[in-house]
Amino acid sequence: MTTTPTEADEPSGAGTTDVPAPAGPTGSGRAARVLTYVLGRLTTAVVSLFAVIVAGFFLFRILPGDPVRAMTEGREVSAEQREELRRQFGLDQPLWQQFLDYAAGLLRLDLGTSFQYREPVVDLILERLGPTLLLAGTGTVIAALLGLFLGARAGWKPGGRGDRVNTAVALFFWSVPTFWLGLLLIVLLSSGRGFMPGLFPTGGMVDPRASGTLETVLSTAQHMVLPVVTMVAVIYAQYLMIMRSSLMDEKGADYLTTARAKGLRDTLVRRRHAVPNALLPTVTLIFLNLGQVVSGVILVETVFSWPGLGQLFYSGLRVPDLGLVQGLFVVFAASVILMNLLADLVYPLLDPRVRP
Amino acid sequence: MSTSEHRNPRPRAHRTEPAPDGPPPVPEVSARALARRRRREALARFAREYARNRAGLVGLASLLTIGLLALTAPLFVDQAHLTITGAPGESYQPPSWEYPLGTDNFGRSVLDLVVWGARVSLTVGLLATFVSVTLGTLIGVTAGHFGSSGGVGGRIVSAVLMRITDWFLVLPTLVLAVALAAVLPRGIGTIIIAIGLTVWPPTARLVRAQTLAVEARPYVERARALGGGHAHVMGWHVLPNVMPVVLAQTTLLVATSIIAESTLAFLGMGDPTTISWGGILEAARTAGAISAGIWWYMIPPGLAIAVVALSFTLCGRAVESVINPRLRGQS
Repeated sequence: MTTTPTEADEPSGAGTTDVPAPAGPTGSGRAARVLTYVLGRLTTAVVSLFAVIVAGFFLFRILPGDPVRAMTEGREVSAEQREELRRQFGLDQPLWQQFLDYAAGLLRLDLGTSFQYREPVVDLILERLGPTLLLAGTGTVIAALLGLFLGARAGWKPGGRGDRVNTAVALFFWSVPTFWLGLLLIVLLSSGRGFMPGLFPTGGMVDPRASGTLETVLSTAQHMVLPVVTMVAVIYAQYLMIMRSSLMDEKGADYLTTARAKGLRDTLVRRRHAVPNALLPTVTLIFLNLGQVVSGVILVETVFSWPGLGQLFYSGLRVPDLGLVQGLFVVFAASVILMNLLADLVYPLLDPRVRP
Repeated sequence: MSTSEHRNPRPRAHRTEPAPDGPPPVPEVSARALARRRRREALARFAREYARNRAGLVGLASLLTIGLLALTAPLFVDQAHLTITGAPGESYQPPSWEYPLGTDNFGRSVLDLVVWGARVSLTVGLLATFVSVTLGTLIGVTAGHFGSSGGVGGRIVSAVLMRITDWFLVLPTLVLAVALAAVLPRGIGTIIIAIGLTVWPPTARLVRAQTLAVEARPYVERARALGGGHAHVMGWHVLPNVMPVVLAQTTLLVATSIIAESTLAFLGMGDPTTISWGGILEAARTAGAISAGIWWYMIPPGLAIAVVALSFTLCGRAVESVINPRLRGQS
């Protein structure tokens, strides 16, 4: 096998890994090792989360100097309003007290108040979580399936025509800015200008005139087509490249020679023997790339006015509503870290070679 | 060396007359000239290898064309026509002979805007790449060097640096860059810093891996045995050997940085007084040209971004395949 446990673990990004001691299969020793592994991963995640909290504080409270002035610049705000904002942010207190209040608030899931919506940030986020999960989930699943499928094809015969076409298309989509692709789709397919009829709506999630469950579902599906296509086009390329190189690593393995020697057809060797093994290291990398999915969602939602977290982030930026942006920063970063933790914990279940 | 040692003790007068049976006059070859020649040959070899990669040549040609166009833009674009008040045409004129790419909502020529926008987009892309490559190389070399030969303290420094790198690697790059751009004062400098500070982690990881490979070689051990300090080993032995990898990574990163710049500008984080490709697209969107289907306003800037990013990517992959023969025939 080409993938040793430590190598497979390396891309998980968690840094140093405790290489499991080659102890015998005694029950208690194994349980202890599993416990050490899980605790190690949990500690890493907690430290990362703490770093996110500190970064959020540093970025939005210390770096701007006076956040209230940054937010109210160029608009009519009375002195009382400014004082009120200052008190809301706790700017009248010493810095360490501000940090403690902010961190304690986060532990109570209190992300502060939005300056623009005059509502707790948590409520705003919960309201819009559903649409974002729907869009990002659909997009990621389709992109991963497409990328893995095409990547397996391309990696099996590197240098062949299929590989070159696939890689070129993927590179092109990778070079195109996400938001521009979205804008292009709107102009082509939904503006109704020129020879193309307006096939799809230019934005939003559901037609307000839709009534009844079926109509709502259909309308949502129609609204989803262009955003999902944009997301898939931009993120499938990296899955393709990862799968391609993973399969190319696997290609020289002895067990494939064995499979061929048994007289299996080429497609069967690929599908039953090579792909499952190449998939394993790909899984961690998919989770590691979730940050890019978040970036993609922000842009796609902005372009298509999809009422999710990305659009909320954009609306916070335009004001700028630093309380809202800070809350979303913490939520985005924390969700990516938690997904990575999940990948670290689930991966050993999938791949016995890295089991502690 | 040996010839000059032979000749130096001789009196000057003898040197001008050709010695009848002495060694023929050898052109003086100093160590430096030798090194220069070796470097020239290496460069020529690199150019020859690179020229074999057709995609790389196409990328290079397109970059040179665009770079030249951006540099000479003041010669054929009237800057007064780029202001809102000095716009020469009518609003939203479709492409014509006078305006090959039509006009925007103020009546400015879209072709002029796109040509002018190349200046800011390329500058920001290159400078942001410079910042992030410098940062990534420094962190990567430091982490790699002290991780392999720094004692306990060094190993702790290295581990901490890599943890920080991993943390940045996992975070959503765009969110971090946008947050930075939102809290710092508006301007090109902010955009450069916001991108430079967020896209370095892959470079750091790559450079660290390469540093570890270099440090394992015998000549580094020899240098250390002769008393070479950390700075000597890192600057004299590791850095030159890491440079080829850094070069390839730099070329690829410019593409990322240019896309990042356009993205930040599109989200409204850019400097509203400068014209960049992302800024043009943002203006098109806020002016409602997208849902109105004004295709000539939004296709050219995006296509420009894609072409430049693709060209840099092609060049980067070509450089990569030259310095890493294992990749050859695969790209």
